Amino acid sequence: MEEFAALLDRLVLTPARNGKITLLVDYFRATPDPDRGLALAAITGDLNIANVKPAMLRGLVTERIDEQLFAYSYDYVGDLAETISLVWSANEPVRANAAPSLGDVITALERASRSDAVRLVERWLDQLDASARYALIKLATGGLRIGVSARLAKQALAQFGAVDVTEIEELWHGMKPPFLELFAWLENAAEKPQSLGAAPFRPVMLSTPLEEPDHPRINAEEYAAEWKWDGIRVQLTAEGGQRRIYSRTGDDISHAFPDIADAMDFNGTLDGELLIGRSADAGVEIGAFGDLQQRLNRKTVSVKQLESHPAFVRLYDLLFDGDDDIRPMPFSERRARLEAFVKKLDPARFDLSPLVPYATFEDLVELRRSPPHPIIEGLMLKQRSSAYVPGRPKGPWFKWKRDPFTIDAVLVYAQRGHGKRSSYYSDYTFAVWTGPESEPHLVPVGKAYFGFTDEELKQLDAFVRNNTTERFGPVRSVRAEPNHGLVLEVAFEGLNRSKRHKSGVAMRFPRISRLRWDKPPSEADRLETLEALLRDSEAVD
Amino acid sequence: MLTRPEALLCSTPAGLYSPAGDFYIDPVRPVDRALITHGHSDHARSGHSRVMATRQTLDIMGLRYGPNFAGESQAAELGTSTEINGVTVSFHPAGHVLGSAQIAVEKDGMRIVASGDYKRRPDPTCLGFEPVVCDVFITEATFALPVFRHPDSRDEIAKLLKSVEQFPERSHLVGAYALGKAQRVIRMLRDAGYDRTIHIHGALAKLCDYYQSQGIDLGPLSPATTEPGSTADFAGSIIIGPPSAFLDRWARRFPDPVSCFASGWMRIRQRARQQGVELPIILSDHCDWDELTQTITELGPEQVWVTHGREEALVRWCDLNDFAARPLHLVGYEDEGD
Repeated sequence: MEEFAALLDRLVLTPARNGKITLLVDYFRATPDPDRGLALAAITGDLNIANVKPAMLRGLVTERIDEQLFAYSYDYVGDLAETISLVWSANEPVRANAAPSLGDVITALERASRSDAVRLVERWLDQLDASARYALIKLATGGLRIGVSARLAKQALAQFGAVDVTEIEELWHGMKPPFLELFAWLENAAEKPQSLGAAPFRPVMLSTPLEEPDHPRINAEEYAAEWKWDGIRVQLTAEGGQRRIYSRTGDDISHAFPDIADAMDFNGTLDGELLIGRSADAGVEIGAFGDLQQRLNRKTVSVKQLESHPAFVRLYDLLFDGDDDIRPMPFSERRARLEAFVKKLDPARFDLSPLVPYATFEDLVELRRSPPHPIIEGLMLKQRSSAYVPGRPKGPWFKWKRDPFTIDAVLVYAQRGHGKRSSYYSDYTFAVWTGPESEPHLVPVGKAYFGFTDEELKQLDAFVRNNTTERFGPVRSVRAEPNHGLVLEVAFEGLNRSKRHKSGVAMRFPRISRLRWDKPPSEADRLETLEALLRDSEAVD
Repeated sequence: MLTRPEALLCSTPAGLYSPAGDFYIDPVRPVDRALITHGHSDHARSGHSRVMATRQTLDIMGLRYGPNFAGESQAAELGTSTEINGVTVSFHPAGHVLGSAQIAVEKDGMRIVASGDYKRRPDPTCLGFEPVVCDVFITEATFALPVFRHPDSRDEIAKLLKSVEQFPERSHLVGAYALGKAQRVIRMLRDAGYDRTIHIHGALAKLCDYYQSQGIDLGPLSPATTEPGSTADFAGSIIIGPPSAFLDRWARRFPDPVSCFASGWMRIRQRARQQGVELPIILSDHCDWDELTQTITELGPEQVWVTHGREEALVRWCDLNDFAARPLHLVGYEDEGD
């Protein structure tokens, strides 16, 4: 338990991906089964032992410490689990080696009733140190948030076993904690496990960006063109009575889209883009990305949402036609099979992503410039002869995104970065003008921390240090007046409405595209520009 | 016997003052006669006419403020009594940093101990705290909340060494206050078997030299300076400097640093997070909650006066445990020492 707690403590404070991966790999190496597999499950959210309510623990702690002293402590620390872990004092001295392992804790909690669980937790709290007490409370109350995605954990496994991450993704859904066969294989102590689960995930094929030198190789004979839809990429598998909807990294998201799952009365594996419709007078039409967000990251979905925001999948590819693995076939043949396959499906839930006919490269340039729908984010170019292979090979598939939107905004706050950048003010909040023309003021519209060169970072940092007006911990506010300040050209992929932001808009994927040292802040954009853009993106044809 | 301890020591805007002896303890503004507990800059200020402190504290003040830090100075021998205007004063080790002392003042059978800053756990760079029986004990309260329970210091140093092993391509930047904490971290690294050169920020050089001259072996130290443009030298190394330097351009010379901070405040995760600390090292030169309450229990004074920090929690504990206690509102002390 202590090792797991030490891992969590470090993961929480380590900002860099590679740093987190190193910590995880070292932990997998140093920790025996089943603890390492259970730790992995705790991190990826594959444990379900949320048995104990925080209020019950609060009751336990105030049996042992004066209420007033607890109140002072909680007030100072601000986090209940952390406060309890720190103020806890054991009723009796702890025997050496009495501390439970992670495996002991999880096995017992999985079996325990809620009231038993509280007693168990109380006993363990007596046996553990402060850091392990914190981990235990977070585990037992289901509040483990440590900034490690399932994807990152899988990458750490891949590095640990020196295999490709797609191999982990492919196996993942047949696996259960504590993942003994998986670790045995990764340590070369056993053969690669068979993917045992029904309807397993098949690693997806990804594209690379089309760059200038690639342009000459694109011609209609060799490459098919298709719109790149801005939804979420999914893989649909139905076989042996199982139906699963996977994200492109192999996470099972079936529970969020029962409307799709219900309609998957086929046998095979499809690749497509999940999009959301919107009820309109004339029936259902494609919604904006903001509509899709209504359906994402939900444990359950309401009947009302199923009606107001119905999901459907625009199909790109066919991987398994029945039991027939057709991934080795060329794209053109798979496409023909897909076109036949889709005819048998419910047209309200599945349609075909159309191929976009073109003759010359110039046609493509024109198509990319003015796509027919706001939810198109560019073009896909697929080699007609390409087999479906996992990962991101360069050449068979290209994505050619449309140019980003840009605005000119004013730098208002800067925050110190982490790791390599901890001595730099490298995270920038920027604002646009709003209010009456005669008396405008700035309203923040987003934050960006990349897009600039190292040289520009130095210049930005110097500007922040020389123009600081106030400091709040790691944040500085920066002079931003009509005639004094720094204008940043910000590029972004799109806008959503946001209740969380004062401006009412949230940018997708904002980054700094240029430093406009030449431009006075008074000439930066106004909020109305963004609002107009938002209306355009929501206007559906 | 004096009935009122306030006639012997009381709090004034300039600091803790003895009306009977006409002197101050750790005054925050220039006074005629000052007794100084230790060399941290919030306790030891320059510009007093007469200063009395341990030899080491006087030396440290000289290093920090220059030879003319006071009109005249007098070295106090530990455990030896001196009369000042009819008040007996004596200095006793406080275990906080090199040279740190508690000051006992006594008249007509009433003894008050002003402990300054102190800690109870072993520190290889200074003498350990010596309990002095007294009627009134003045205690600091920097970490006076039950959440502050400093873990075993050796485990914290082991955490740092493990990280150095885990990330050999990165440098480890350890923030530690220039007087006391920095030398303690270095000495503890040596005790844990780390014998490579430790790089130090320029602000630490004089104090580290002084510690070495006092017989505290810090092993091979080297300034953390570099040829412009080269960073490779520091990969895998430990660099120690004052925390403020790590937010400065100075820190840019190091390859992908792991920012560490050796402080009792690192017990609280949110503190570490806010300060962008990647590896908190919970190491304090102040008492934690258990040390504070144990010290009061051990000394059993008639009265406890609580100063600088979280007075209300410690006063509450004293109430619950039948010690007469009150907060002593002294201004001007920060937690420089941690």
